[in-house]
Amino acid sequence: MAYVAVSGGQEAVENARALMEKYRQRGSREVDTGALENRMGLLIDRIMGEAGFYAPRYAALALKQAEGSPEEAVFLLRAYRSTLSRAHQSLPLDGAGMNIHRRISAAFKDIPGGQFLGATCDYTHRLLNFESADGEEPAGKEAAGEEAAPEGECPGPSGQTPRDTTADKSSQPVRANRLSQTLKEEGLLKQEEDTQAPQDITRQPLVFPAPRPARLQSLARADTGFISGLAYAGIRGFGPAHPTVGELRTGTLEVRIAHPLLEGECLVVGNICVTEVESFFSEEETAPGREEKEDPLKILESGQGDKADHSARPLSLAEGYGMVFGRNDTKAIAMSILDYSLDHEGDSPVQNQEFVLLHGDCLEMNGFISHLKLPHYVTFQSKLDRVRHTRGEER
Amino acid sequence: MKNYNFAFLDESSKRAVRRALLKAVAIPGYQVPFGSRELPIGRGWGTGGIQITLSIIGKKDILKVIDQGSDDSVNAISIRSFVRAATGVRTTTDSQEATLIQTRHRIPEIPLRGDQILVLQVPLPEPLRMVEPLESVTKRMHAEMDYAPIWLALYENIVRSGDIELGADYPVMVENRYIMMPSPIPRFDNPKLHKSPALHLFGAGREKKIYALPPYTDVRSLCFEDYPFRVEDMSGRVCRLCGAKDVFMDEFFDPASGKRLYQCSDSGYCEKRKENQPRG
Repeated sequence: MAYVAVSGGQEAVENARALMEKYRQRGSREVDTGALENRMGLLIDRIMGEAGFYAPRYAALALKQAEGSPEEAVFLLRAYRSTLSRAHQSLPLDGAGMNIHRRISAAFKDIPGGQFLGATCDYTHRLLNFESADGEEPAGKEAAGEEAAPEGECPGPSGQTPRDTTADKSSQPVRANRLSQTLKEEGLLKQEEDTQAPQDITRQPLVFPAPRPARLQSLARADTGFISGLAYAGIRGFGPAHPTVGELRTGTLEVRIAHPLLEGECLVVGNICVTEVESFFSEEETAPGREEKEDPLKILESGQGDKADHSARPLSLAEGYGMVFGRNDTKAIAMSILDYSLDHEGDSPVQNQEFVLLHGDCLEMNGFISHLKLPHYVTFQSKLDRVRHTRGEER
Repeated sequence: MKNYNFAFLDESSKRAVRRALLKAVAIPGYQVPFGSRELPIGRGWGTGGIQITLSIIGKKDILKVIDQGSDDSVNAISIRSFVRAATGVRTTTDSQEATLIQTRHRIPEIPLRGDQILVLQVPLPEPLRMVEPLESVTKRMHAEMDYAPIWLALYENIVRSGDIELGADYPVMVENRYIMMPSPIPRFDNPKLHKSPALHLFGAGREKKIYALPPYTDVRSLCFEDYPFRVEDMSGRVCRLCGAKDVFMDEFFDPASGKRLYQCSDSGYCEKRKENQPRG
């Protein structure tokens, strides 16, 4: 009876599931999904972003069900998302129309519309706060039983929700034009309008070269760690350029759909909280007509080889764009770096579309790695057959 | 499963998969890109095959699910119970009784009939990946039938090690047009694809590709005249459970005697043989 282990799979699977459930329910205290949603906000944001599914309550439920594993929570949300049919497509969202709760620029000290830190831990000291352990923390300002932030709203400056009437004036959400708008008007930043209909990678698989909407969607849904690491590599030396964060803003956006009956009208279906980043890179201008000069033969023929070299091409600014669900500065900045890199052909890994876009999906990367745990008896037997064959081994 | 549609996916998603299948059947061996949906089962764990199964399954179908040839493999159990929960269809371990068989890494030993569909789970659908990492390039190579690099790779293999040393997932030529990955079935199963009366559907969920072999398609494993295609050597191996020969065997070590033992990889086939044997 030495090989019982190879059968009895059904029972093993059921027992494993039961044990998993037992682990999940360790201890006597139940995790409240409402509390998860309110107090694990950054994790909820991250999960919603990687799932491509804006639903804080479901994200909290997924997190609870997944023992706090982000990849499992994303998995649960994605699978549920597959069962929902698509009723509408939203109208394009414009980050310029955001109700801003946080806005910073690393490019200018003073920007029109102002800067405000909003909710950030950037300038805090990361000291473990032993006072907040185990029930020592005071309850939230909101009356007991009331949910904190209404769906799609981010905590405003100094932690109040924008609806908090006790907050001073400075905590009210503001609107401001993007900084990039000013630079575009000055002619320093290239103005590009993309009017093509967006491609949805959840309905149409990526084709290469991938159009920009598909690239941005892939990056927005990518695993936070994966794209942060890639962007880090990109700016450390394995990429084309180093950015300046022109503007980072976090706030709420209205999601609208075209009115099903009244032409020209639209309906607001909800609010989402997003972080948007515009990074600036300097690059040589490639104006039309300049290409000819680049041909070394032509330069030679023109008899002004040296001169041509010196007539340096003017620099201009180019932009990388990032937008992610919720409050997630690092991912949004990383996305803007990769957006720029992918727009500029080159040999570095972060400029390779297939390398960047095909390997960062949370489900795909974790799914394929974990599939290695599945039995591979047959393929291994096949491999073994070949190994034995080359070694001339007798069976 | 309460609160979910028949066969889990919403109807328009299933229709999208069926459209890709129709195209795949029309162009045997060609990889059709499709908008692969996420499923409650790991991506890379057979989601391409499951999406096909969910999209074509009807209430009257009888389903068999195998992994490594076995109905009792943990992944086969998981997939079977998911599809059963999502559809309520009857399942079986008997390959002859099944109308729809989903498989990973094996083709059943008993030849399939024309009224059966075999759905194969595919991890890596691109045969040219071994010579070219970029999708945009391999797509063009297929279009132009630029298969020289893969032939060269096989040739180099022979020069280096004296024979073609590919294990499972041994590439095939379909209707003298497309080179195709048969999914990681052993070489032993490759000949079963040639002119099979059954419809073979291949799904790669993570890679978002679907391809197909309609009935009676010409499918030949790549080889050279002087280096013929060879299946795994199963000679002299006898199943310790049913006494079968000349089928694909799983290998075991008996720690007591230190000997190698063998057992049918196709568990349904093995069961059937045992049932038909006179007892005693």
